[in-house]
Amino acid sequence: MDKRLERILPRVQKPARYVGGEYNAVVKNKAEVDTRIAFCFPDTYEIGMSNLGMRILYGVMNRMEGVWCERVFAPWGDMEAEMRRIGMPLFALESGDPVGEFDIIAFSVGYEMAFPGILNLLDLSGVPIRTADRTGLTPLVIAGGTAMYNPEPMADFIDIVSLGEGEYVTEELIRLHRKARREGWGRRTFLAQAAQIPGLYVPSLYEIDYHDDGTVKAITPREGAPAQVTKRIVPDLDKSYFPVKTIVPSTEIVQDRVMLELFRGCIRGCRFCQAGYVYRPVRNRSSELCAQYCVDSCDDSGYQEVTLSSLSTSDYPPLTGLCDALEPFCAQRHVNLSLPSLRADNFSMELMQRLAKGRKSGLTFAPEAGTQRLRDVINKNVTQEELLRSCHTAFAGGYNAVKLYFMLGLPTETDEDVLAIADLAARVMHEWREAAPNKNRGVRITVSTSWFVPKPFTAFQWVGQISKEEYERRVALLHDAIKTKTVTYNWHDSETSVIEAVLARGDRKLCKVLETVWRKGARLDAWEEYFSYDRWQEAFAQCGVDPSFYANRQRSAEEVFPWEMISCGVTKAYLRREYEKAAAGVTTPDCRTLCGGCGANRLTGGACHV
Amino acid sequence: MSKLRLLFTKEAQASYISHLDLLRTFQRVFPRSGLEIRHSQGYHPHPILSIVLPLPVGQSSCCELLDFEVTQETDGQGIAQRLNEGLPAGVRVLECYPALRPVRELAALQAEVTFEYDSGAPVGALPELTALLGQEELLVEKRTKHKELATVNIAPMLHDCRAEEGEGEVRLFVTVQAQNPGLNPQLLSQAVERYAPRLSPDFTRVRRCELLDGAGRPFR
Repeated sequence: MDKRLERILPRVQKPARYVGGEYNAVVKNKAEVDTRIAFCFPDTYEIGMSNLGMRILYGVMNRMEGVWCERVFAPWGDMEAEMRRIGMPLFALESGDPVGEFDIIAFSVGYEMAFPGILNLLDLSGVPIRTADRTGLTPLVIAGGTAMYNPEPMADFIDIVSLGEGEYVTEELIRLHRKARREGWGRRTFLAQAAQIPGLYVPSLYEIDYHDDGTVKAITPREGAPAQVTKRIVPDLDKSYFPVKTIVPSTEIVQDRVMLELFRGCIRGCRFCQAGYVYRPVRNRSSELCAQYCVDSCDDSGYQEVTLSSLSTSDYPPLTGLCDALEPFCAQRHVNLSLPSLRADNFSMELMQRLAKGRKSGLTFAPEAGTQRLRDVINKNVTQEELLRSCHTAFAGGYNAVKLYFMLGLPTETDEDVLAIADLAARVMHEWREAAPNKNRGVRITVSTSWFVPKPFTAFQWVGQISKEEYERRVALLHDAIKTKTVTYNWHDSETSVIEAVLARGDRKLCKVLETVWRKGARLDAWEEYFSYDRWQEAFAQCGVDPSFYANRQRSAEEVFPWEMISCGVTKAYLRREYEKAAAGVTTPDCRTLCGGCGANRLTGGACHV
Repeated sequence: MSKLRLLFTKEAQASYISHLDLLRTFQRVFPRSGLEIRHSQGYHPHPILSIVLPLPVGQSSCCELLDFEVTQETDGQGIAQRLNEGLPAGVRVLECYPALRPVRELAALQAEVTFEYDSGAPVGALPELTALLGQEELLVEKRTKHKELATVNIAPMLHDCRAEEGEGEVRLFVTVQAQNPGLNPQLLSQAVERYAPRLSPDFTRVRRCELLDGAGRPFR
């Protein structure tokens, strides 16, 4: 072990996250490796190791001959301070080697608030943060993940953005980089060639012109780069890599269980949901293969809990059959299956009973809005009757806690919609009174509201976020309307949502804000302990950037968005139709019922197999 | 049903795995070896698995013991190899055998405590440290279970201490009381800080080397 590391570890919290050596961590012989990749997750070990995408790509890269992919996570504040104190650069967990010496530094970015953390990790590695200041072929800085569908606020810092699912394109990029190093290409030549690979976006090859009002006038590709880069997908999940043999952390992480991915995409089309649009089209993994992966993963890892993971697990057609098929194995091996999210309309009590095996704690539903009118606007096609019926069944079956998730600030929301949330909670309580077999145990109903953040590639990409004052007024309104003590009300802190709204639909003018806020100390801004709203305000002011231009402004139909060089398959015209239907309060059926013609089928070269 | 005991090492990176995390790690590795750990009866069954004298985080050891019960009948043959295939780096099972001796017979442990001095060991460190650690009274401040600071005399728990000087370091070979109460050898550096600040090391490394019974023979 590194002597310097040994000296600082006794001084930091949870040192196990900085040492590696876990079961199934990949260690290769450096003599047989010509491409070294530092796969960085700009958040803590516990969060990063819980990310399925990271586990998949770790496996994909390490099964390539001559390639060694290692993991890097953001150090917590105490560890960073110690590292900076002794001048120890950021290192990769498997080898302990400094990240700055790697051929490729790759970031997995799932959340806008991770942006400053990326700059910090580059700096801790001793790598110039700006792409313009990096002159050689190595280290190459690449990024992917959901937050990279609009990478423009990070355009000055990232060499190449990988759009969509990385299984195939990552291999292609690695091979091109290897070829470039062998043949001694210059950096510009390599980047121009990389831009020819579908799914790879090279920000430095695009010139952006702005109107006087700050909106985008034109996006001009240079050096043969395509006018639009379309995300990549895995067309057939049954043929794609699944990480059966995956790292088992020696310290507790957030998702400390087998993550069994049943399908990608979502049939629903909730109009606020970025994941629902950008992961299209729906692709199911066969239930036989899922069952096999479940058994093999448990066998290898020793885990006794499996999450049936997807964007909406109860929409997996063979779900009941899969659970039935796994039952003997689960019983024999004391393995529990769990579901991450439930829909109130097709929630099956029988299935829940079987999964919970007597441990009845709480259920979580996300009606998102209080009135049917507003639920129609956002296309969350769940009715009050369905929700109440599901709660009734759950209470009758012995459950005594329900969590209800809502968003405040949705487009067209009125005070009536806000107050209806309190009313809905009261009705849920009424169901409990009617249905609960044993009322002595009491009931816990939790209402949580977050603040709606309009995201790119959704039907609401044109709308402005309501002001902070208005959001806080609506929180207070709801708070006062919830009278009973049985209902607990939690609301999301407003300040993070403002910054998220700015970054989500930001353009390249935000690069200097990000650099400024990072220099002022922003790091792990997804964490309340580290987030400072004042720091962001100072950075906006210092850079002469008005945050409300990005967060609160209503965009016109004609506006060119900063992210229009990128396509997730779903067309802008479709999203605009959805936006107009939202304004009219008209719902759109799910993809299985009726194809809405969103455009994502072009990615599979024909029809979707929903 | 069989009651078994593992003798294992915990070193290098694995020194930083906490006690609870190590228990979790072992819980996961057992099913892979085809063994079924016996669970407690009751509403929340938990696996019957316990580590004898948990090692403080950051220390290494070549003599850790873990007691467990499995539903199968076995004398432990072949289990060590099967477990080793699935353990993190730095944890290695040396032996698995029926747990015959009760843990209360474990009386003392031997450890190597290395005081590292970045600019060389201070002149006269060896005799001075030997004399200091031979004192009748060595008071250190220690957190109690109730999180209060208490002053404890550790001298009676320090049964034997031999010192030797190496390059830039002084190595102490100590025998300390194992339980009721036990002495964490790390506390020796605190005693040095208190009584001879000039000899305070820049870094203290602790390695547990052997477990002893009341008669001074290895405890297995």
